[in-house]
Amino acid sequence: MTDSQTDAVRPDNGAGNTDSAPVVRLTEVSLRYGKTQALDAVSLDIPAGKMIGLIGPDGVGKSSLFALIGGARKIQTGRIEVLGGDMADEAHRRLVCPRVAYMPQGLGKNLYPTLSVFENTEFFARLFGHGRLERERRIAELLEATGLAPFADRPAGKLSGGMKQKLGLCCALIHDPALLILDEPTTGVDPLSRRQFWELIDRIRVAQPGMSVLVATAYMEEAMLFDWLVAMEDGRVLATGKPQELLRQTGSATLEEAFIALLPQEKREGYQPVRIPPREEGAAAEIAIQAQDLTKRFGDFVAVDHVSFQISRGEIFGFLGSNGCGKTTTMKMLTGLLPPSEGKAWLFGHPVDPHDIDTRRRVGYMSQSFSLYTELTVRQNLELHARLFRLPIDRIPARVREMSGSFDLTEVMDALPDALPLGIRQRLSLAVAMIHGPEMLILDEPTSGVDPVARDAFWQIMIGLARRDKVTIFISTHFMNEAERCDRISLMHAGRVLVSDTPARLKAERGTETLNEAFISYLEEAAAEDQAPQLAASPPPSPAAAVTQSPEQGGESVKHQWVDLRRLFSYTRRESLELRRDPIRLALALWGTVLLMFVLGFGITMDVEDLTFAVLDRDQTTTSRDYSLNLAGSRYFIERAPIRDYDDLERRMRSGEISLAVEIPPGFARDLSRGRPVAVGAWIDGAMPQRAETVRGYVRGIHNHWLITRTAEALGSRSVAGLVEVETRFRYNPDIKSLVAMVPAVIPLLLMMIPAILSALSVVREKELGSIVNLYVTPVTRLEFLLGKQIPYVALAMLNFFLLTLLAVTIFAVPLKGSFLTLTAGALLYVIAATALGLLISTFMRSQIAALFGTAVITLIPAVQYSGMIDPVASLEGAGALIGKIYPTTYFLTISRGTFSKALHLSDLYASFIPLAIAVPVLIVLSAVLLRKQER
Amino acid sequence: MRFANILHLGIKELRSLSRDPIMLVLIVYAFTFSVYSQAKAVPETLSKAPIAIVDEDRSPLSNRIIAAFYPPYFLPPEMITWSEMDAGMDEGRFTFTLDIPPGFQRDVLAGRQPRIQLNVDATRMSQAFTGSGYIQTIITDEVNAFVRRHRIEAPPPVDLELRVKFNPNLNKAWFGAVVAVINQITMLSIILTGAALIRESEHGTIEHLLVMPVTPFEIMTSKVWTMALVVLAASAVSLTVVVQGLLSVPIAGSLTLFLAGTVLLLFATTSMGIFLGTVGRTMPQFGLLIMLVLLPLQTLSGGRTPRESMPYIVQYVMLAAPNTHFVMLAQGILYRGAGLAIVWPQFLALAGIGAILFGLSLARFRKTLGTMT
Repeated sequence: MTDSQTDAVRPDNGAGNTDSAPVVRLTEVSLRYGKTQALDAVSLDIPAGKMIGLIGPDGVGKSSLFALIGGARKIQTGRIEVLGGDMADEAHRRLVCPRVAYMPQGLGKNLYPTLSVFENTEFFARLFGHGRLERERRIAELLEATGLAPFADRPAGKLSGGMKQKLGLCCALIHDPALLILDEPTTGVDPLSRRQFWELIDRIRVAQPGMSVLVATAYMEEAMLFDWLVAMEDGRVLATGKPQELLRQTGSATLEEAFIALLPQEKREGYQPVRIPPREEGAAAEIAIQAQDLTKRFGDFVAVDHVSFQISRGEIFGFLGSNGCGKTTTMKMLTGLLPPSEGKAWLFGHPVDPHDIDTRRRVGYMSQSFSLYTELTVRQNLELHARLFRLPIDRIPARVREMSGSFDLTEVMDALPDALPLGIRQRLSLAVAMIHGPEMLILDEPTSGVDPVARDAFWQIMIGLARRDKVTIFISTHFMNEAERCDRISLMHAGRVLVSDTPARLKAERGTETLNEAFISYLEEAAAEDQAPQLAASPPPSPAAAVTQSPEQGGESVKHQWVDLRRLFSYTRRESLELRRDPIRLALALWGTVLLMFVLGFGITMDVEDLTFAVLDRDQTTTSRDYSLNLAGSRYFIERAPIRDYDDLERRMRSGEISLAVEIPPGFARDLSRGRPVAVGAWIDGAMPQRAETVRGYVRGIHNHWLITRTAEALGSRSVAGLVEVETRFRYNPDIKSLVAMVPAVIPLLLMMIPAILSALSVVREKELGSIVNLYVTPVTRLEFLLGKQIPYVALAMLNFFLLTLLAVTIFAVPLKGSFLTLTAGALLYVIAATALGLLISTFMRSQIAALFGTAVITLIPAVQYSGMIDPVASLEGAGALIGKIYPTTYFLTISRGTFSKALHLSDLYASFIPLAIAVPVLIVLSAVLLRKQER
Repeated sequence: MRFANILHLGIKELRSLSRDPIMLVLIVYAFTFSVYSQAKAVPETLSKAPIAIVDEDRSPLSNRIIAAFYPPYFLPPEMITWSEMDAGMDEGRFTFTLDIPPGFQRDVLAGRQPRIQLNVDATRMSQAFTGSGYIQTIITDEVNAFVRRHRIEAPPPVDLELRVKFNPNLNKAWFGAVVAVINQITMLSIILTGAALIRESEHGTIEHLLVMPVTPFEIMTSKVWTMALVVLAASAVSLTVVVQGLLSVPIAGSLTLFLAGTVLLLFATTSMGIFLGTVGRTMPQFGLLIMLVLLPLQTLSGGRTPRESMPYIVQYVMLAAPNTHFVMLAQGILYRGAGLAIVWPQFLALAGIGAILFGLSLARFRKTLGTMT
């Protein structure tokens, strides 16, 4: 590309003219997933150099919009311009991608949970092509600025929600983006961490004034601080403007109210603000829940640390805190789901006992995520729970009707929960929790992800239950306006309850206006007490040092090579680290082939030995005994006790005790010596046809041998044995042992199946867990991604190859007669082809389970049936023959058998190397072409 | 423990399964198409074996022998020279090469018993052993028929009357069909039960069950009985409709007795499914475990290849697996028509193994429940 092009797509970062061109321009953008219309003709200009907020409940299209802007998702209709170019144009995407940072929704969705904080940031730094020193400097600065430095070695999966978000931010900022896209970065994060997070963003913006930040959030109080807002609902933009403008437009005091006011009429229908009648005095007498020094440890991690509280009957008690602060664990201990490590809890005066079935009937529990049976209809869910709670059978229909009425579910009784909106599902969960008329409800974040209107409706119901029916409600939330509605709240942080009191008194004590500020003040106090290192970030290093503006920004990323080894090896390193930390996958990778080699080596043997037989000897002469001794003397047969009569014969054959029964007729010796025709009878167990056929062959052979020796004895050595002698030479495997034949064939089979499965899983796993988004939005190319992932599996497969060869030579005692070097070279080409085949399959698969079984079937059938393992390829015809001719196993099988059994070398086998050498690039290029660089 | 809970939870399992299209397709496929195709696909021992002949005699007799090799057992023989023989065998182009020496016909007629050389690629086990037997017979028959004009053979002094019991024609489809059913029973019972458990822990519904007045024993038992019932019904239908009906395989013994044995096997394998479901926490992990567990279980149980040919250590270790006993029982009842008087030891063993597995799984299930949610 030319310099002028490069300049054209890069808007001037100079301060003065940031307002001139929008950073993002959307024109009539629509998106649908199947039947769902996620975005409906959205047109929007987003001003540059500002902090822009997208507000609106879950599922209105915020995330879809961000994915489109970030280039992670393919544009269906409409036009999107980012940083001055069309995002439908691949060249432009490649060009701007190093200047856009996209942090998807979900706590650490694009992070790798088994990798440490440092390893995660390093992975991204390598993708953006920084050198080692530059990389280490940037990582150190960012970790220091976010306060993650003390946790550099902790796996990302073990971080709290707030820390995960900070880590996500570190990874996004590693390359000084001009556009930062943050999709709900603070959902589920405690107020203090949230504030620190925004302070961090502010400092970064000071250091980089030209940077535009796009944020989606569900917290309206946060949105108030942004420069410009976009309110969204149902895939459309309701309104845009500065926060104050929105308030003025709708005449509301808070953004939350403004948002409700902006909703179309039919959505607002039936909405009324929540009002809480005061509790009756004197109701506090009876204690419903009491906890004393409840403690829970997982290993050396203390999840809940000496928590004590009392909740009286009919009270609404709120639990506030971030994700991972111990709310859920405390609730689980109260319900008996988790045994406490220390401390005690009482429900209705009875100690909590997981085996106390009766107490469970007095408690209703609703867990954090929707956890009812999605395969059962609303009615079936209600009925099942009614039965399990042992409601009398005759009362169940009435009770189900009653619940459906009071929770407004009557119209959806026969629908499946998946088809219902989140708000209705939450009502169903609550109805299920209430079906048995419990005296107490334990609700774990029942309203997260629910839109404001549905959330208020939910609270109306709960307030009714508490005030009218005197149900004790223990609820956790991280919405401050919900906390204000509780009778009393506990602020929880890092496993400890900081304080418990009424919301009004908490605010009064701290002298703050909002509960949020009161909470932050308590959190700061707690942090000061125990010097919690994650809070030591404030005061931070000076903003300028925190994120140094690199003058040559973007310069190194613009030169775009086809394959950049640094990015490629970044994926290799990451893949190896992850594999090393996943015991089940590692076990399959290391020992899977060895185990299966044992199983197949011993299991699929075609040798038939140690067959049991017995004789019904009606002659009882030396001749007849000689005949049976002749059988017993062979290495194939083992003689059992003689057969008494036909009944005995029948019974013993039926039970499978003997596979062969021989009957010698009376007068056998006499007739034989007189030259009269005699016949020996033999019955073979035909249950296993293959074995029966072999037995038949053996018996015939032994019988003939006996005849020849006898005639030779009788007539002297010069007998007429036959007209022709067929001299059979079993080559390569003179003892015709199954193992010698099977082992060189099993090695290619296993080196195809297991490496292909593993490499397919490695890609599909990223698709399923969401980290594939890193391929979409970072400069890594498809080829780098695939090759980087392939390398560790090739290495593993080679290790497997050496193990299998060692096993073959030692335990299975199959000699390797030919060139080991030739075999190794063939194996290397072959496993590269096998892993590439896995990558190719992965481009079609969506879920890991499908990739696992799909790859097994797709690789196994051609390998077993069409590659000459059982029948030579020459014996095949039609499609089978074609598959056999192009499938890599065919050629490695020839190499393996050639070197193991036929004592061949490279000069004899080079013809089989050529197809393998062709297969490798073909498969890899095909996978790269079929792999998507954007989500559809 | 309340039977009502086990019943209601079980009905819930059946409803869940009925709304899981992938599992339903898997069940139907496994017990119909898969059984049918496996029965049909059992390879004949010798089919289109590639053979090459070096004819140094070029006589009517040698031509007669060459003409005797034709499909389906052999590919039409390729005529080669002596020097091409080794290379062809090395490259694996031919499984057999036959060398007819010069003066062959003359020597046969003169009763000089000439030697004909047969080279066999013994790395091809499936063709090598039976194929060489066929070739010997073909040569002997052809030579005999050719010579018959000149001499009259005396019948052999002792005749061997070979009879095959239970499957007189050694029809391989009979064997393949029943083996397929046996393998599907094991596979599906483990997959269905494990998947039912993992589905609950992935959806978080297991947590929900635990706050209700139900015990782990009830939860586990409800899964065991329903999945066992589904597999039992599917295998009964498969045996009567597909195996007996479509494939017209005769079943020698009592189907009821076999199904009774199946119940015992299912008791053991569904418990195993629960166990694996607690080890692999997600479907992908469970899938990997299945691959590592199922294949040994099926291959080494004696269903496909005879147990007595396996090393002793494998034979003994496999006695702990329920499949081994089930294969003995199934072969006894289905192929040989054995009654309870004969197969009771297998019933006893299955019940014992089932009880142990159920106990172990229940203990592990209880222990891991807290961490499953």
